[in-house]
Amino acid sequence: MTAHEYSHPERILLNSGQSLPDIRVAYHTFGELNADKSNVVLICHPLTADSNPLNWWGAIVGPNKAIDTNRYFVLCSNVLGGCYGTTGPSSINPKTGTPYGLSFPIITIRDMVTVQRHLCDHLGIERIHMVIGGSMGGMQALEWVAQCPDRVHACVSIAATSQVSPLAIAFDSVGRHAILNDLVTHTSGPSSGLAIARQLGHITYLSEEALEAKFSRQLQDADAFQYHMAPEFQVESYLSYQGNKFVNRFDPYAYLYLTKAISYFDLAHHYGSIEAALGPSHASFLIMAIRSDWLYTSKQSKTLVYELMKQNKHVSFVEIDSDYGHDTFLIDSDETRAVIHGFLDSL
Amino acid sequence: MKPYQTIVYDHIHAGERVIDLGCGTGQLLKELRHKKHCDGYGIDQAFDNVVQAIKEGLPVYHGDVLEGIRPFDDQVFDVAILSQTLQQVLHPEQLLLEMTRIAKRVIITFPNFGHWRVRMHLCLKGVSPKTSQLPYDWYDTPNIRVITIQEFRELCHRLNMTIIREIPSVTSPINRLIFPLRLTNLFAEKGIFVIQKHP
Repeated sequence: MTAHEYSHPERILLNSGQSLPDIRVAYHTFGELNADKSNVVLICHPLTADSNPLNWWGAIVGPNKAIDTNRYFVLCSNVLGGCYGTTGPSSINPKTGTPYGLSFPIITIRDMVTVQRHLCDHLGIERIHMVIGGSMGGMQALEWVAQCPDRVHACVSIAATSQVSPLAIAFDSVGRHAILNDLVTHTSGPSSGLAIARQLGHITYLSEEALEAKFSRQLQDADAFQYHMAPEFQVESYLSYQGNKFVNRFDPYAYLYLTKAISYFDLAHHYGSIEAALGPSHASFLIMAIRSDWLYTSKQSKTLVYELMKQNKHVSFVEIDSDYGHDTFLIDSDETRAVIHGFLDSL
Repeated sequence: MKPYQTIVYDHIHAGERVIDLGCGTGQLLKELRHKKHCDGYGIDQAFDNVVQAIKEGLPVYHGDVLEGIRPFDDQVFDVAILSQTLQQVLHPEQLLLEMTRIAKRVIITFPNFGHWRVRMHLCLKGVSPKTSQLPYDWYDTPNIRVITIQEFRELCHRLNMTIIREIPSVTSPINRLIFPLRLTNLFAEKGIFVIQKHP
């Protein structure tokens, strides 16, 4: 494993029409690139993760794992707009010498992939053997196929969608409101807003069954109701713990920009139709959904799969029968592992 | 491959585009791809089967067969196969219509409930049939439809489907020697049909 940084020499034109200079990309590589550069597995990370999949997908990536770093050259970069080394809203604006903050241009999933494409060009990688990601990473994987139909051999999109639903937009919008509200009212910076946004996010990553199994109606400290306003239920403590923990590791501005990028994601809208977006590619697709995911639902995944079937694509669909909701894709699960391993092996 | 799968295999030509509903681990599709260069698609409800089929490099839809074939355009497949599954389907008519819509030919195999052994169980013992072909007790069988070869022919007729071929599947060598073709419904353990519907 090695951590690297790449500085892109030119301005990059963004989806919004604005452009960004001096983009820096933090990325990790694992394993060896083979002679004909045909063993590249590109991992796209979800919303709050970084460029080191061992930190968040250790169950899937590593020596002799489903994505075997002994066989494949694994590449993962922090997304544009993020806060783990790649240029984002908390980076210094070269024009002013201060962090961009809300003057950072709006970015989209397409822009994230554009930056990754430049990184691959820089590394001399023409063909991606497999691009894979979950959640926001799964959106990037689909966008890769749309943006570079000839460069991607196989695409795995897990617990994602080709069109973010109004439900998901609504959740992210409330999260952004909490952060923006904090920005206006506190001069010290938005931290409780970010914690609230994370709490809300966590609810969407779980499911009714998962919450029931994990917490039921258990009380945190007392044996009986205290009839006061402070948090009493275990689920409340859990959420506030998660929210506070998150504030120490994530940038509120990055959260604003990345969730906004997710809200904009709609392949059919960007390319005219799903057929126009994914039709030109000859890639093999694996679309995985989680039965209990209410953020990017199994139904949405099926809609995409049906489109791909109609276009006679080599497309497989698997539904993971898990109670744990959206977050299932990050959890160490035999099912997820078996499917990814089987698919990658067959390519 | 099982004997009935070999019969199905023999009725598919080289290079044809095939969809197998209830494809299991993709054994038949794999053979067809390797030996006849067919392009295959599979649908199966069992997770482990789907993983195995994906491992073989087959495109597979994990879920209900009817749900899985609806997205396909008319006549995009040369052959649609339904092996030993019709008796477990909730809407057999709809499924047959969908199959003949997406494929030029449809190959169906099913356990024949008109077989004499099955009849004997009900007739003489007064119990639900339990044979090597139908090994389940009435309360835990996945088979929710009782199909006989004769009634399948009638359904095809009613749905305006043409029976191109009917292949009697008789495993016992003695029965195979003595049974006259008209008595398929009595002697064949499985019905194997190749059908089509002209739009």
